[in-house]
Amino acid sequence: MQRREGLAKLTGRERYVDDLPLEGALWGMTVRSPAPRGRVTLVRFRPEVDWSEIVVVDHRDVPAANEILLIERDQPVLAAGYVRHVHEAVLLVAHPSREMARRAARAVDVVVAPEPPALDFRASPRPEQIQYGRDNVLKRLQIAKGDVEQALARAPVVVEGVYETGAQEHVYLETQGMIAWLEDDVLMVKGSMQCPYYVLNALQHALGRDERRVRVIQTPTGGGFGGKEEYPSTIALHAALLALKAGRPVKMVYDRPEDMASTTKRHPSLVRHRTALTTDGRLLAQDIEVVLDGGAYVTLSPVVLSRGIIHAAGPYACDNVRIVGRAMFTNAVPFGAFRGFGAPQTLFALERHMDVIARTLGLDPVELRRRNLLRDGQTTATGQVIRDGTDRIAVLERALALSGYREKQRSHEAFNAAQRSQRRGIGLATFYHGAGFTGGGEVHLNSRLQVAGLPDGRVEVLSANIEMGQGTLTVFTQIAADRLGLAPEEVVIGEPDTARVPNSGPTVASRTTMVVGRLIERAVDDLRNRVGLDDRARGAAVQDAILRWHREHRGERLVGEAVYERPPGISWDEERYQGDAYAAFAWAAYVAEVEVDLRTCTTRVIDFVAVQEVGKVINPTLARGQVQGGVVQGLGWALMEECKVEDGAMINNQLTNYIIPTSVDVPPIRVAFVENPYPHGAQGAKGLGELPIDGPAPAILNAVAAATGADPRAVPLTPERLMQLQSAEFGVRNAE
Amino acid sequence: MSLTVAFTLNGGPVSVAVEEPERLLDTLRYRLGLTGTKEGCGEGECGACTVYLDGLPVNSCLVPTYQVRGARVETIEALDPDQLGPFLEQGATQCGACTPGVVMTALWISAHSELLETHTVRELMGGNLCRCTGYDGIVDAVATTIGEVGEGGTGKRESTAG
Repeated sequence: MQRREGLAKLTGRERYVDDLPLEGALWGMTVRSPAPRGRVTLVRFRPEVDWSEIVVVDHRDVPAANEILLIERDQPVLAAGYVRHVHEAVLLVAHPSREMARRAARAVDVVVAPEPPALDFRASPRPEQIQYGRDNVLKRLQIAKGDVEQALARAPVVVEGVYETGAQEHVYLETQGMIAWLEDDVLMVKGSMQCPYYVLNALQHALGRDERRVRVIQTPTGGGFGGKEEYPSTIALHAALLALKAGRPVKMVYDRPEDMASTTKRHPSLVRHRTALTTDGRLLAQDIEVVLDGGAYVTLSPVVLSRGIIHAAGPYACDNVRIVGRAMFTNAVPFGAFRGFGAPQTLFALERHMDVIARTLGLDPVELRRRNLLRDGQTTATGQVIRDGTDRIAVLERALALSGYREKQRSHEAFNAAQRSQRRGIGLATFYHGAGFTGGGEVHLNSRLQVAGLPDGRVEVLSANIEMGQGTLTVFTQIAADRLGLAPEEVVIGEPDTARVPNSGPTVASRTTMVVGRLIERAVDDLRNRVGLDDRARGAAVQDAILRWHREHRGERLVGEAVYERPPGISWDEERYQGDAYAAFAWAAYVAEVEVDLRTCTTRVIDFVAVQEVGKVINPTLARGQVQGGVVQGLGWALMEECKVEDGAMINNQLTNYIIPTSVDVPPIRVAFVENPYPHGAQGAKGLGELPIDGPAPAILNAVAAATGADPRAVPLTPERLMQLQSAEFGVRNAE
Repeated sequence: MSLTVAFTLNGGPVSVAVEEPERLLDTLRYRLGLTGTKEGCGEGECGACTVYLDGLPVNSCLVPTYQVRGARVETIEALDPDQLGPFLEQGATQCGACTPGVVMTALWISAHSELLETHTVRELMGGNLCRCTGYDGIVDAVATTIGEVGEGGTGKRESTAG
């Protein structure tokens, strides 16, 4: 099936939040902190603006709790006299003209008496920098399996390594935007978001409104990648506060520099590995330390850390594993959800470390992985027994064959010997990604979904899960239509509107197709039962029964429903961090081929092969697109995307100097799927959206290492960084 | 200061009163209701706001509206949807925010296929940033539109399942 809303997008008819007409609306703007930490001593309204025309909101206008509801309640909606990061929202202004609103925002001086900020998450905080608990640690987590100390002490070989990753900006092409207005006594909030119920809960909490007096509607969302998981609650609250004070509709749409400077990014990380092995490369112990920069508020850092450490030991069998993780408070703009959610950071470290091990032991990187990849019946770091029947060696072999790995290794030798300044190399990463919420998360979410039988015989899927480009509308249509034997046109996907749809959970964590799609199948079955049919009834029989039901129950709603049920045989111990961390894992092997110019130290990826097992592929075009897009986003993180920060503020917050890949910077991304249907996912599907961003960075850096002999340990590997590595290694020759 | 600017928009005459520094992008979107043209970056980097100005693709965020006085402006709304089949088939759109700009550039390339003697599709599409597709879907759609099979094999053609 082709993308359902595709033609509307191709013709520009799709209406995003900034495209919606809003009668009599004001434009809202945000006044932000100029300093990373300190007391706000003065807010000065400069006289060049006629302030009688401007609606102004500060923390005193928050009706209930000045808290953005998430895991913790530490983040204020608007700073109340104290700021903890640059660009923290202090004040809101609104005016009918966007330009006037912008001028007003610029005409406010926020004066801060500075206090010592903590800006380096890797360094122990000095006493005067401590602002969270006793040591600025936002969250500590640990995984333990076997006896790591003993294994390290007895092992013939121990290889150590330290790896670092930088912040990454989402660069969804549509910036954050929200509109808010009052309809009678109901506060209406509409905008770009991944999680309508997160926004609803945050509005209820801070504004002191019950759910009948707030309604949240998602508008077509121009990319999210996690950046529209938690942040939309903030901009929704801001638009709502202005609308409530002004008594008029308010629109807030960030321009690109504001969006890049003040919204969340991928958590920077530092990961230390100490690995014990036999001389032929069998893993005996993995001792891993993971440190994340959380930024100035807790946001989602505890769960990002959780996913990060669970993925840190990789898809390998090892009897002794210790992983300790901590997320650090700093006075940086808070870091947040980003595709992969901690796993890309720890998998970069692990998969780069595997090649460092291979080089240290004189082993082939392929062979090292082949010897250690999990076989069915073996356990992960959390003790989860893997028994899904996927042949992970076959996934690896497929990637080697498709990429021509061995042939290329040979041809590179000849190429590199013949070329003066070009070097080619090939690199590999084998990895996995857990689908759905971690541990007991899906049980806790308790997602609920409905499928309505409409009076005209069509069916309507009512879910809170949204389309942001990944294909929800299309895949949901396919799942419902296939289950009922209906044409796609007979299936309607309801607008995610909290007044109409039940809470089927957030659109995150690669859960939409696998988990929520399965709820559609079960709700469809329930609907069929309610009209007196069994699960074999299809097509016209179903529609006839729906029409008959409505004739017999005029004016009533016909609704099938499903609530999440944990797949059998799954258990998780949150206290000990042991058990089945995810109901299912997707498995992958990615191969990158690079060419490095030794004169400019630029790295070009010249071929990329992505092979994965994601259960059954429901829509090949959409699935391939997810992989290709994820790989390119990962390539950007690996080679070019760098958030430059000065005194806690991003200074390259423009697309002019924050560089993301263009069509010229990337090769065709060659994609293949190995299919092993997962019995508890819709049509046998597992999660797919995040997996493809885990593999590119290590595969590419491993390829650079193979090409040049350098030993890069951090991303992004910009030309400047590679040049520093080269000069360090060839220092003597350069000095001559 | 307000100015009146008359130009040809999607084949018909228009006349709008605009503020002096107003961008063509904002005139189109907020004064004329043509919201198909999107803003991605506001500084000519991303190409989401691409329109044709006297037949050439330009970033409408960098064009002051007064400069189009007497000129011919075409937007995504003027395009024939029947040309867009390959874009759907090849997965050239995901979130859709870059898409109108991508389509404007892509169709301009297919109308000027002589450019492919000196440039690749990837080079010609280099001014349109897309964060979702990884570009293969877009490059394949352009190649299909112009009947090209060249371009050295795209990711899509190597794809297999099973």
